[in-house]
Amino acid sequence: MVEPYLRLLVAQVRGQTQYRASFVVELVFSTLMTALDVVTVFVIFSVNDRLGGFGGTEVLMIVGIAAFGFPAADLVVGNVERLRVYVRTGLLDAVLVRPLSALGQLVAMDFSVRRAGRVVQGTALYVVALVVAPVVWSPGAVVLVVLAPLSATVFFGAIFVVGATVAFWWIESGEIANAFTYGGRDFTSYPMTVFSGLFRRVFAYGLGFAFVAYLPALALLGRSDPIGAPDWLRWCSPLVALFAAGVAALFWRTGIRHYRSTGS
Amino acid sequence: MTAVIKTSALRKDFTVWHKTGRLRRQRRVVSAVDGVDLTVTEGELLGYIGPNGAGKSTTLKMMTGILSPSGGQVSVCGLTPVPQRTTLALRIGVVFGQRSQLWWDLPLSESFSLLRHVYRVPAADHAARLRRCRELLDLDAFLATPVRQLSLGQRMRGELTAALLHGPKVLFLDEPTIGLDVLSKQAVRGFLAELDARGDTTVVLTTHDLADIEKLCRRLVVIDHGRVVHDGTVAQLHAAYRSRRRVVVDLDAPWPADLVLPGASVERVEADGLRVTIALEDTTAGELLGRLAGSVALRDLSVREPEIDDVIARLYAGR
Repeated sequence: MVEPYLRLLVAQVRGQTQYRASFVVELVFSTLMTALDVVTVFVIFSVNDRLGGFGGTEVLMIVGIAAFGFPAADLVVGNVERLRVYVRTGLLDAVLVRPLSALGQLVAMDFSVRRAGRVVQGTALYVVALVVAPVVWSPGAVVLVVLAPLSATVFFGAIFVVGATVAFWWIESGEIANAFTYGGRDFTSYPMTVFSGLFRRVFAYGLGFAFVAYLPALALLGRSDPIGAPDWLRWCSPLVALFAAGVAALFWRTGIRHYRSTGS
Repeated sequence: MTAVIKTSALRKDFTVWHKTGRLRRQRRVVSAVDGVDLTVTEGELLGYIGPNGAGKSTTLKMMTGILSPSGGQVSVCGLTPVPQRTTLALRIGVVFGQRSQLWWDLPLSESFSLLRHVYRVPAADHAARLRRCRELLDLDAFLATPVRQLSLGQRMRGELTAALLHGPKVLFLDEPTIGLDVLSKQAVRGFLAELDARGDTTVVLTTHDLADIEKLCRRLVVIDHGRVVHDGTVAQLHAAYRSRRRVVVDLDAPWPADLVLPGASVERVEADGLRVTIALEDTTAGELLGRLAGSVALRDLSVREPEIDDVIARLYAGR
């Protein structure tokens, strides 16, 4: 089942390496950008050693989960944002006449290796966080250590897909989607206690961004949510991620039926 | 004969927004396809023509599962295109003249082997079909060339091959000869004629090139404003629109303006009255010649068959 997609993916990578100089420049550039992200975290803590009531290593736990989840989702489905190009130019026609899932093809056909660098760095950050943060180890925590970053990946993946589907209704849709993807990444890297009011209620709990890194990090650290979410909710990230994936699938299916193609 | 494609009251509406003021916009629904009933039987080669914006491509896109219909039914190979898109894709081949199905940066041969995996075609079947296409379409000279470096004619031959490697039951061709030079057009037409002669593939062809139609299609469907305005043979189209044969005569002395010809009409007098074009309405070429021979000094004559371009032009203009 997966084999045709892998073939498409390999073909894409081969096509990319045809433009060798551009490939190398992009790879170097994206690695530098990720290094900058890590530096940001250290800069914040060089100014203030507590953030929203959490210590440095505790925040590192939150950052670690988000720093793995976002780039992993970006690597796997991030290129779905190219959907708007496919919709605008009508290239999606060619995708839809092949006997494969349209989403699967988009993901495979625009796969970009240079994004892998960020996943490696995110993984390193997460491992460091697990070592230095005061994790309260239990069998549940061990499972969550594995599931939390994966759930974050699925959740961000769903955001990417939902954001991309906006293109089916609204051709020039790039910036709206970015607000939720890149905005979401920045939002999830902080303890929810630094935000307040309606904004926090809507984004953290309404749209579920608190479940990405903040709540599972609390569970691993054995802390209750100072904002007042019940303790059991801290373990619910995998369910929330699955729910988000379901919503994304629904958006995708509805969107594809709204596809209008182009003239001729 | 079994119906491979069947549509009934097929409709596709698009919503367009009109600017009526600085901020105000008005919603208007346009039917690109407005109740098309069509049955295509196995092995048929159907020409589907119409002016720009008539709804040809939209119909094809509903048949191939790209667009979901706003109303009516469509079934292709017994499947409903949009819900059963991936199953249907294994049984149809699609060529868009204006859009490539191939991998831009890969050599043609690699695009082909990639398609074998995408369509899960057994290696032997794939090899046999590719061999046939290589012979009929002369692919060997550019099989190793990246697609982006191919000429349009070479690319189109590649596209045709790509659409046939999984042995589809139905082949949809959307303007496959657009922009091609004479030789490439001939190559494409010859290939389609050969495909038609084998009779195991149903072909739906949209085109603006009426030579494609005359050379290839026994059946012609003309669509305009989203509705079918003609469905039949090319000859039936001529009959329905009363296309007339013409007799062109060259004379030794100028044409006498007062000559009356029952059942025929003078269309054009040129070269100081020495060349005259006469359209046959209700008479035969023989009768006309008998009459002419008695009244004017004939030097030369030719009979011209009606041209499909004229009929179609009248059809489009009269809308």
